[in-house]
Amino acid sequence: MVPISYYLVLSGILFGCGVVGFLIKRNIISIFMSIELMLNGVNLSFVAFAAQWHALSGQVFVFLVMVVAAAEAAVGLAIIIAVYRNRETLNVDQVNLLKL
Amino acid sequence: MNPGGESMQTLPLGVDYIRFLPEIVLSIFGMIVMVLDPLVDEQRSQKHLGMVALLGTLTALAATLLMSQYPGSAFWNMIQVDSFSVFFHFLVIAVAALVILSSYEYMTVQRIRAGEYYGLILFGAVGMALMSSAVELVLIFIALEISSISTYILAGFRRREAISSESSIKYFLLGSFATAFFLYGVALMFGATGSTSIWQISQVLHSRVPLLAYVATAFMFVGLGFKVASAPFHVWTPDVYEGAPAPIVGLMSTGPKAAVFAVLLRIFFQANAPGRFWLIWVSAALSMTLGNVAALVQTNIKRLLAYSSIAHAGYLLIAFAVPQTAIADTGISSAMFYTVAYAAMNVGAFAVVSHLAGAGEHRVELEDYAGLGRRSPLLAATLTIFLLSLIGIPMTGGFFAKFYVFSAALKANLVVLTIIGVINSAIGAYYYLRVIVLMYMREPREETALPRVPIGVGITLAITAITTICLGLFPGRVVNYSLRSAHELVHPEMSATDIRRPSVIR
Repeated sequence: MVPISYYLVLSGILFGCGVVGFLIKRNIISIFMSIELMLNGVNLSFVAFAAQWHALSGQVFVFLVMVVAAAEAAVGLAIIIAVYRNRETLNVDQVNLLKL
Repeated sequence: MNPGGESMQTLPLGVDYIRFLPEIVLSIFGMIVMVLDPLVDEQRSQKHLGMVALLGTLTALAATLLMSQYPGSAFWNMIQVDSFSVFFHFLVIAVAALVILSSYEYMTVQRIRAGEYYGLILFGAVGMALMSSAVELVLIFIALEISSISTYILAGFRRREAISSESSIKYFLLGSFATAFFLYGVALMFGATGSTSIWQISQVLHSRVPLLAYVATAFMFVGLGFKVASAPFHVWTPDVYEGAPAPIVGLMSTGPKAAVFAVLLRIFFQANAPGRFWLIWVSAALSMTLGNVAALVQTNIKRLLAYSSIAHAGYLLIAFAVPQTAIADTGISSAMFYTVAYAAMNVGAFAVVSHLAGAGEHRVELEDYAGLGRRSPLLAATLTIFLLSLIGIPMTGGFFAKFYVFSAALKANLVVLTIIGVINSAIGAYYYLRVIVLMYMREPREETALPRVPIGVGITLAITAITTICLGLFPGRVVNYSLRSAHELVHPEMSATDIRRPSVIR
């Protein structure tokens, strides 16, 4: 059997890839996909811990997270469309009316 | 929920629904608003839908009163009704009601179609209220998302303005990023303790503290720190506040923040999440300093208030650094008092800003406030009350809140943090006073008559100004109530029979 730690390391790597993608990507949709990657990393660790504790609840949480992520995607894509209509670009460097 | 836990009932009890009633009421009214929206006439729709939404919040306040008569846990220990959650229910629902009131005229001026706006405020309030009563980390996550997703949309509600949609996308991206961190923290806490229930986590952490629990706490704090705009996770705040509609900034700088502080209190003091001290210490010191220093150079009133809200999050976090001893009660209660005082003065200040902003929100520069004392003495006087309270001048709620937090910190021997806080209060006084000086001592830039203060904004200002002053003069009742809540929060075994067996009250 594959030890639990393998899954945890993989989930950490997925989460880390998401964080790096969020920080270096310049296209809003790519940034958004990086966030989804982070959430899926979390899902993997939920399942791994569920197996470790022999608790079904951990697997159920994954479904809840997926539902919430879907809701977030629906709203997020709508906001992205609103931005595109106003600015005609999805590059974060050009969405800069508000000084950061 | 976990192996070896209590035996499951098959159906929720009737009393469970009473303990969940405010959220049910708000959701139903939110749905009514959404359904009515396409049916009513577009011209007059706003007033009517606003009235329905306002009625919804008032009904929810009544439901909270009813709920407070039935303390205990509901839905298999997923939510907990105690005086702590009742306190925050009242706060966030009242904030939602005031924001709805102050939005009436604003919607007409900005030519925004109303329906979803009011519906989203109600749905956001559901999430905030649920956050304060949830005692299960995954439920807290869902409540956090309900409130966040509503505010993401609300931030972009002036959707034809480029800055509003930009504010919305920034809020959305950084907010989702933060939520992912919080969720990773929840997963790690589940891994460390085998449960996501606050009770079971606290029992496990009582006997042994795995290393993983420290990492989990740090991740959860990163996520929640973003939501309360504490440094170093504050970068989104000024941009989002500048672009979002002014009444909504009044909402999101108080309601969700208060709810997230409630979550932090539960995680740190009820679940005993380890390693709190340095996380809080560094974040509080940074927030106060960065917030106040950056506010000094702002020329836009919304950005100024955004940096001020970062600084206030810092003052509030001081109260979280108290150790888990007898002093914890005072610390928690001072944090709770601060959220109320801050909500009153900030909702009021943003009501003034949203009234003065005018069509397209063009008048939000500090220069636009020059000579306000002569053009509209009453409005200037009200804004002065809020600004004095934000500085922390005696006889205002802001003063007592700060005093209470600092004295709790001193009791806990947090001398350095208190000194940083006091120095920062002095720096903060400068930029608030600058606005007051502009209003009273400078010639107005334009002599055009100001629009009359509409009734909704008038009522909001009256309620928030009176609350701000009352909290300064007679803080006793709120303090007593929050002390009692804090005691219940730290010593849940007082009502343990109720908590372990939810079927006691039938």
